[in-house]
Amino acid sequence: MKNIVAKKVQEMQPSGIRAFFDLVLGMKEVISLGVGEPDFVTPWQIREAGIYSLEQGFTSYTSNKGLYKLRLGISRYLKNKFGLEYCPDEEILITVGVSEGLDLALRAIINPGDKVLIPVPSYVSYGPVAELAGGIPVYIDTTKNGFKITPELLKKHIDKKTKALILNYPTNPTGVSYRRKELEEINRLLLRHGILCISDEVYGDLTYDFNHTAFPSLAGAKRNTLYFNGFSKAYAMTGWRVGFVCGPKEIIAAMTKIHQYTIMCVSITSQMAAAEALVSGKRSVEEMKREYDRRRRLMTVELNALGLKCSLPQGAFYIFPSIKSTGLSSMDFSRKLLEEKKVAVVPGTAFGVCGEGYIRISYASSLDNLKEALSRMKEFLDKRR
Amino acid sequence: MDEILEILEKDGRASVEDIAKMTHKKPEVIKKAIKQYEKEGAILKYKAVINKDLIKDNESEVRALIEVNIVPQKDLGFEKIAERIYSFPEVSSCYLISGTYDLLVVVEGKNLHTVSNFVAEKLSCLENVRGTATHFLLKKYKEDGVILKHKSENKRIAISY
Repeated sequence: MKNIVAKKVQEMQPSGIRAFFDLVLGMKEVISLGVGEPDFVTPWQIREAGIYSLEQGFTSYTSNKGLYKLRLGISRYLKNKFGLEYCPDEEILITVGVSEGLDLALRAIINPGDKVLIPVPSYVSYGPVAELAGGIPVYIDTTKNGFKITPELLKKHIDKKTKALILNYPTNPTGVSYRRKELEEINRLLLRHGILCISDEVYGDLTYDFNHTAFPSLAGAKRNTLYFNGFSKAYAMTGWRVGFVCGPKEIIAAMTKIHQYTIMCVSITSQMAAAEALVSGKRSVEEMKREYDRRRRLMTVELNALGLKCSLPQGAFYIFPSIKSTGLSSMDFSRKLLEEKKVAVVPGTAFGVCGEGYIRISYASSLDNLKEALSRMKEFLDKRR
Repeated sequence: MDEILEILEKDGRASVEDIAKMTHKKPEVIKKAIKQYEKEGAILKYKAVINKDLIKDNESEVRALIEVNIVPQKDLGFEKIAERIYSFPEVSSCYLISGTYDLLVVVEGKNLHTVSNFVAEKLSCLENVRGTATHFLLKKYKEDGVILKHKSENKRIAISY
């Protein structure tokens, strides 16, 4: 049985992080700032729609592409919000969260040896999923550039084998985002080199200081972009597992082929609830966003006061402060903070090697929790000065 | 609504310092704004929302919602008679509403007897009060946006990407 697991799977996922996660999960009464999901429960009207659909007996498969009314709702949402025209019949696919969509996309477009550009620190799945699809991830270190890519930085990593860029903004884990002008420059470069933009915009609705720009709304970008979004973050629906992808019909058709064999369709209850979210969820999203916004500002002030330098995040619900002033590694800092003060954060190295010297703090936690965690962190840091 | 008011409406105990951090303004600015709101009467008072069902030594308290039909007065409309009603200390809330009756009056008392006495001896006998209908409150589920139930525990896993 020894070598039963495929080699490329054996080589995935750095084991150190897993051990740290297990340590957190095994400990009681931890204040966790390590959670990558909202601290709100799904708004009631959305949950109620899910319950009602069950009562009505909606318990069957749906079309592989997803419920038509949900695709139509998404199409209208994108039209209203960004002026984007996506045809619900051919250009939208409902997936099990953005995660499934990304996997499908990479499997649908990658030939062995194709390269995928991934700005890091990044969400954990991009690299491994690209590798599983037979691609070669090319990591672009953004730490010296305020955690953002620029055309100059991109250019250095492009060659003949470069097939796609996975862009994620607002970014998990850093909270940075891009303004329209910055995106336009990136878009022009991608178009010039014929590189597909895989744009993960699942935190798009949680952008605080300026309006979020959808990548496909840029000039000429729509035919060259796969746009990913989902209900998890904005509507606090992580456990429902509903995401969607919009793009050129050839790619969506290719992705649907894989999806129909591997997933068939997303749970109908979840799709029904998601359809309701588009109808009546806007007010709840705005309320949650305002709450995150206040916590974001408070956390930035407090962390900088503690000597953990960070700039004001522009989106999502993460801050990525530097812990270099402590002289500890990301893993040591996180482990000691957990053991000594029972506060959990995620070491920056979970998001790529270049995350060394940083930690990810999630402010998707009540203000009382955040303040208690900050006071424990202060004790932790004072002891080391 | 001003963000300061929005924060205070949710948490009356939010400190000036915290509000300053949350809004990225100077504490002096926040302090001044709050003073001004208090002066203008925009902020009337600060109080806790208490679930009296959970207070063991609480003397039992009865609440009733009373629909009151009144005859409006010339020139004064409902104002004068409303004032006569809401000035009673037993009245905790009083609203003028549209529909089949005119005022909705919330009355609190130690027991059924005190509340019904108030209705029979004070409220109903007022000149211009044409009739009342008293509804005793049996259970409170939600008040001022707060669900009166034990807080549910956190259901999220402690760490995730």
